[in-house]
Amino acid sequence: MAELSHTILLPPEQARAARPVAPARRHRRPLRWGAVGNHAVLIAGALFMLAPLLMLVQMSTIPDAQIMRTGPSFEIGDRFWPNLEKALTESMSFSGETTGLNMFRNSMILGLGFALGKIVISMMAAYAIVYFRLRFATLAFWLIFTTLLLPLEVRIVPSYEITQKLGLLNSWTGLIVPLIASATATFFFRQFFMSVPEELLEAAKIDGAGPVKFFIDILVPLSRTMIAAMFIIMFVFGWNQYLWPVMVSTEEGKFTLVQGIKQITQGLEGGHIPEYGRSNILAILAVLPPVLVVVFFQRWFVKGLTESDK
Amino acid sequence: MKRAGFDNPWLPILLLLPQLSIICLFFYWPAWQALRSSFFLEDPFGFGETFVGLQNYTRLWDSPQYMKNAWFTLWFSFLVTFFSLAIALLLAVKADTVLRGARTYRTLLMWVYAVAPPVAGFIALILFNQRWGPLTEAFAQFGWLLRVRLEYFDTAFAMIVASVWKQVPVNFIFFLSGLQSIPRAVREAALIDNRSGISRFWTVTFPLLAPTGFFLLIINITYSLFDTFGMIDTILRNNPGDQPVTLVYQVYLDGFRGQDIGGSSAQSVVLMVLVLALTVFQFRLVERRIHYT
Amino acid sequence: MARVTLDRVHKVYPNGFEAVRPTSFQIEDGEFLVLVGPSGCGKSTLLRMIAGLEDITGGTLTIDGREVNSVGPADRDIAMVFQNYALYPHMTVRRNIAYGLANRGTPRDRIAAKVEEAARMLNLTDHLDRKPAQLSGGQRQRVAMGRAIVRDPALFLFDEPLSNLDAKLRNQMRIEIKALQRRLGVTSIYVTHDQVEAMTMADRIIVLNGGVIEQIGTPAEIYHSPASTFVASFMGAPPMNLIEAAFETGAVRLPDGTAVMDAPGGRSGPITLGIRPEDVRLGRGSATFDVALVEELGAHRLLHGKLSGQPFTAHALKESDATTGSHRIDLPFEALALFDRETGMRL
Repeated sequence: MAELSHTILLPPEQARAARPVAPARRHRRPLRWGAVGNHAVLIAGALFMLAPLLMLVQMSTIPDAQIMRTGPSFEIGDRFWPNLEKALTESMSFSGETTGLNMFRNSMILGLGFALGKIVISMMAAYAIVYFRLRFATLAFWLIFTTLLLPLEVRIVPSYEITQKLGLLNSWTGLIVPLIASATATFFFRQFFMSVPEELLEAAKIDGAGPVKFFIDILVPLSRTMIAAMFIIMFVFGWNQYLWPVMVSTEEGKFTLVQGIKQITQGLEGGHIPEYGRSNILAILAVLPPVLVVVFFQRWFVKGLTESDK
Repeated sequence: MKRAGFDNPWLPILLLLPQLSIICLFFYWPAWQALRSSFFLEDPFGFGETFVGLQNYTRLWDSPQYMKNAWFTLWFSFLVTFFSLAIALLLAVKADTVLRGARTYRTLLMWVYAVAPPVAGFIALILFNQRWGPLTEAFAQFGWLLRVRLEYFDTAFAMIVASVWKQVPVNFIFFLSGLQSIPRAVREAALIDNRSGISRFWTVTFPLLAPTGFFLLIINITYSLFDTFGMIDTILRNNPGDQPVTLVYQVYLDGFRGQDIGGSSAQSVVLMVLVLALTVFQFRLVERRIHYT
Repeated sequence: MARVTLDRVHKVYPNGFEAVRPTSFQIEDGEFLVLVGPSGCGKSTLLRMIAGLEDITGGTLTIDGREVNSVGPADRDIAMVFQNYALYPHMTVRRNIAYGLANRGTPRDRIAAKVEEAARMLNLTDHLDRKPAQLSGGQRQRVAMGRAIVRDPALFLFDEPLSNLDAKLRNQMRIEIKALQRRLGVTSIYVTHDQVEAMTMADRIIVLNGGVIEQIGTPAEIYHSPASTFVASFMGAPPMNLIEAAFETGAVRLPDGTAVMDAPGGRSGPITLGIRPEDVRLGRGSATFDVALVEELGAHRLLHGKLSGQPFTAHALKESDATTGSHRIDLPFEALALFDRETGMRL
């Protein structure tokens, strides 16, 4: 429809009706310069987005010595698999713990732990706020939703001190739980629960379902899409955390891939030949899981993103 | 709350308990700590603290380094927001127009959303490599010899490019979904009323997108203030020297590395006030937004 | 099967709004009672209080002699059909119907048998394994009915169940619901804002306005002797004509002086005169009706215009040659209703 808009002023139904011979002529339709222009802009945009990633991949296929001399090129070499093996199994540091596999595992723990913890905790809180008559509901609401105002970064130093006081440095709890202390998902689930028709609760009450049964039998199944959307967003958010892990996880055995990027770049300096091949593969590895999740579950992800932030 | 909510007295408390305790422990307590220690000067060896009133704040005001970083943060936020919004809007309008390959374009234009900011910094370092970085070479053609991590301005340029690259996708997603939610009938009415595509865009589509744009404006400012930390840290590789840093990075440097708790807390409070102001502004816009639709 | 008694039941919301003033009535065993009124009149609140979905502020509600004010909705032995059906979207039709039974621990084979029976009764047998989204509006309506009847409740509650259906389906479902209720003999309370539904389905009608009962009666009583101008104008399509008139010199006179009837007992002062359009006799009489518009309805015609300067509608048979222009009409004495101009109550 929209493509026609540049050339024809009639709405599409009328436009079609006004061209009785159209079927016979369709193959001779003149080239639409407007459409070509649109595609040109989009292809340029797609390249702008994609080129850096392709560059990383290309660089990981050629020997490091060659990169040091010439940088990225269009040449595809044969070093990809050796580099991949090295990235996955060889440690970047003396401790032997910063292997790609180990950091991948840690990133998974952070991403999944954060997403799961956040969803469970916020669904419970949102359920309490929306579906119960609670004397201090307003207070709880404000306590929770004030956290939307301030990101972790502005209170990062005191948060670190408290985590330290609680003895949670270098623990999964200390890494994940403070990140959960914001109400984004709670807010999202609250919005969704509010949009669930009132009558479902009433019908369930008449059908003899109590609060727990209603939650498990009806509300959770109804929220499946929302849970999926939240899960994707939260997984990406957790996986991509940087500042907090850098501060809290100082033991190399706890390093995540995203955190390791700093190590990687530091490895590129110094006397030896910088290991671009291995570094780039680690960078790709740090990017791939969240990107795949976002690409494959695009529909849910877009829905979750555009509906939650409003 | 629902009309016919449950009346159970203890279950809701049990349900709220995890969230509330986490928030109190890791949100209210640290926020309070930041506020409190911004009025104290802490002994570097942790033996005690002295109340110094607003001294930590005046120290910021008098620090040329801090003011320089504040100006940088302002310009940085403005440029990143402007360019990422403009590019995303252009791409979204085109992606909404084309018939063939719309889904493929959408995927290709949004995946960068999932890229971690430090990786964006890593990529910027390669693109702007002194010897063979593709972008360094490209700009050298125009006689501009970029020296990222050595020249203040060139480093800032690399940071802005990396941030825009990272931020276009989220704006694109929101603009596209905003465009797609414009009712078909409205577009068709505009098609009948106005023969010029460009004029149609500015008189019909753009005003209808304005609420999304306002909302994204705030999101982008917040992004450039906070989420760029990893990217900046990667580009500077732990060694800022006299290179540009944002205010959040300064908080980290002074509080975590420099152990100047009072000063960094005062900086945190300044940022809190800034974010609060932005949020209040946003809520007001959200209120207005209701009138649009 | 049950008898329901409301004794000075009333409802005040926490914000101070009094949705239902103290209200008393009794519903007999097996009766089909319709609560009708404009939106916001309190009819839904009343129904939801009977269902147990809304707290009762004061008064007592008894079902079959048992006071149920503080009994939960699941334990009142009721079933309810909602305006938007409130089907569980993620469950099949079968599970939707069975859910209430399963929750009260009915044995599996018994649930299966009851669901089959209800499905047969409602023509849903072929759709039992579908989800609500795959059904048409009428079928969803039937599933909601099925969910209600498998429980063998003592009381059926309907909250505007037909208002989401198109006109044709609504007529059909109206008949189906009524027939089903007759067959099962279950006491039913039905809330609607549609006076046609009220008239056609009810054994008795309660007309509510502003949280107060305007009138209780059979459809015929409500139609032929409305207790107030509100009932007169709300029930019947087109509604009863209401014209300003006055007791003057021993007669009821229109503003232009035409006497339409003798005044009983020598009273004086302004009143409101009511007459149903079909009771107006055309072609003779003392009053002049200026017809501006003839509405052709096939079986009959409606003439719209003015009587003594006030809007007026009359019913004309299809064989009459009614046209626009002035007509002489007669307002038969026995068809007239007189209302107090101030209070709107019948004199």
